[in-house]
Amino acid sequence: MMRNGNILSVKDLKTYFETEDGTVKAVDGISFELERGETLGIVGESGSGKSVTNLSIIRLIPEPPGKIVSGEIIFDGEDIRALPLEGLRRVRGKRIAMIFQDPMTSLNPFMRISKQLMEMTELHLGYTKDQAYEHAVKMLEVVGIPDARSRVDSYPHEFSGGMRQRVMIAMALSCEPELLIADEPTTALDVTIQAQILELIKNLKRETGTSVILITHDLGVVAGMTDHIIVMYAGKIFEQAPTRELFKYPGNPYTKGLLRSVPDPAHEHGRALYQIPGLPPDVAHLPPGCPFAPRCERAEEICHGEFPPFVQLNAEHFSLCHFAAEVYQDSRRERDGDQSQSTEEQHGQV
Amino acid sequence: MKDEPKDKQHEPARTEPALTPLGTPPAPPVRSREGDIIHTAPELAVGEGDVRTAERGAQELLAGTSLWKDAWRRLLKNKLAVFGMVVVVIIALASLVGPTIIEQATGFSYDTIPAEIEKIRAMPPFRDADGNFSGLHPMGTDTQGRDILARVLMGGRISLMVGLISTLVSLIIGVSFGATAGYLGGRIDNVMMRFVDVLYALPYMMIVIVLLAVFGTKSALGQLFLLFIALGAVSWLTMARIVRGQVISLKNQEFVLAARATGVSTGKIIFRHLVPNTLGPVIVYATLTIPQVMLQEAFLSFLGLGVQAPLASWGSLASEGIQNIAIFPWQIIFPGVTMALTLFSLNFLGDGLRDALDPQMRKT
Repeated sequence: MMRNGNILSVKDLKTYFETEDGTVKAVDGISFELERGETLGIVGESGSGKSVTNLSIIRLIPEPPGKIVSGEIIFDGEDIRALPLEGLRRVRGKRIAMIFQDPMTSLNPFMRISKQLMEMTELHLGYTKDQAYEHAVKMLEVVGIPDARSRVDSYPHEFSGGMRQRVMIAMALSCEPELLIADEPTTALDVTIQAQILELIKNLKRETGTSVILITHDLGVVAGMTDHIIVMYAGKIFEQAPTRELFKYPGNPYTKGLLRSVPDPAHEHGRALYQIPGLPPDVAHLPPGCPFAPRCERAEEICHGEFPPFVQLNAEHFSLCHFAAEVYQDSRRERDGDQSQSTEEQHGQV
Repeated sequence: MKDEPKDKQHEPARTEPALTPLGTPPAPPVRSREGDIIHTAPELAVGEGDVRTAERGAQELLAGTSLWKDAWRRLLKNKLAVFGMVVVVIIALASLVGPTIIEQATGFSYDTIPAEIEKIRAMPPFRDADGNFSGLHPMGTDTQGRDILARVLMGGRISLMVGLISTLVSLIIGVSFGATAGYLGGRIDNVMMRFVDVLYALPYMMIVIVLLAVFGTKSALGQLFLLFIALGAVSWLTMARIVRGQVISLKNQEFVLAARATGVSTGKIIFRHLVPNTLGPVIVYATLTIPQVMLQEAFLSFLGLGVQAPLASWGSLASEGIQNIAIFPWQIIFPGVTMALTLFSLNFLGDGLRDALDPQMRKT
């Protein structure tokens, strides 16, 4: 059913920002591949470069101060970096669509919902006004807005947060893009709405076969939705693995820390929730060694002095750590030694 | 066990829904499937907003309540602004149809110089040639024997037209210039705004005077046209700054990024997405520009550079009246008072609009 092959391949992407404080290496040498129909999760703390990675993919980095310094972004065989602005515009929205974090601000408050939805199809598919209007109504129905026809002419402020995010999704999907980038689509929503929105994205993805990149800082969100996960820290990929593998056998101390920080109703009874000590580093002034070393429980001499290698743990599992292999073995031992399988299920489906 | 009945007694009283959406069946409990994320059918996606709109009534929802309705309601609460609005509307209507009505009724148009000029020149208000009461010239006549009421109304027509059209010119230049500079930013913005600064530094009245003197034409209409352009061309600077500031604060909002991410072109982002969002301050400033421009026009006409006779504006009427202020004071009082009243009213209206559209007060 699904065509195979990579829809997107990013190679050694570097996006830097020139600030008064020096060069901020927001994204520093990231490579990953995304197959058609697959969902990729990108996880990390604030400032780890998740969003910049994705803005780089459609070249929406504010320039200056930002700049894609080097790297390749191949989308369906086309080099995005080499495209002229006109060509890029035809890709944006039509073939690569984005959903943003805050549905409160990502809709134009002065334009009717219908107009904002119509703009897309008129622009990319050459629809007439009537066609575009009908399409807008249809899309609102698809994303589950009740009574779509009478609501399509509303202004955004008449919609609640969850409904606005549905509108954003409708907008993103109205040209049936091949790649959907969802940048923290649920962060600004309350928990019940979050679940609905995720479910919606999941269903639409299943129906349309769109590839999805899901950016989030919430491990619970990626767990149920993604095929692969990338864990980012300080502009680097710290760990890259299939979702189940990553949750089961994390091969990086940072990932382990993140997993331990997830509230776990079954096990954390009466105990304070674990948190990774310290703060994310200042990306403008990184120490020579591992950027995570100052906060790492496992850090040794070498971590502070030498940049860690990107270790391949198995066919699809990579980790950026001097002790990747050992951490991975520890995880395996802990997990497989632990006979109460409940933890595993918990982690698999947080 | 003992607690259970107690709870049941309390519950109905507490959960009596104050905000149940009209006719919506109570939502079934949200079920969680084996620890997986919570599944809720899209049909149940009833948010806070739905409840609110349901309360407000269905018709309003269908109409699509506009942001302007709120502002309008607030404006109506402001007595001074309503007063201003009423006066402006009355004067505008009177200027529009007044001269024609007077001509129909009395045979005097604004530039009719009667044959028996010696008899009826400079008559006081409500007097005829013999000094008896008469309704023929409610504001008297000028030194040429022309009806002052007709001239004041005709002057109003010109003055308001200068105010409106010049403001429109300044609006078009200022908004496009400011929005473009603000959105593009960087070096282009720098160059564009330095250009504005340079123009600011020039004495703009001098520029207008020079423009009018150099390009001045003999024809009254040509002069009027030149006045529109000249006044418009010097009063767009502040508008450009205001719009630029607005656009800069707006352009980093996510909806602009979202529009860029959907492939909308730069021009469309500026004029379809950003400019409408700056409309509040723009309208306020435009309403305040109208009286300002009218005052400048009056000033120019007073100096004899503006509207040429036989056309009249409030400024040129005042200029004629001032020569006889000691003997025939009504010749300056009527145009002067009308102009003052109009300018006050426009300023009240502008202030009222600013309060009504103030984003600080628009908190939802």
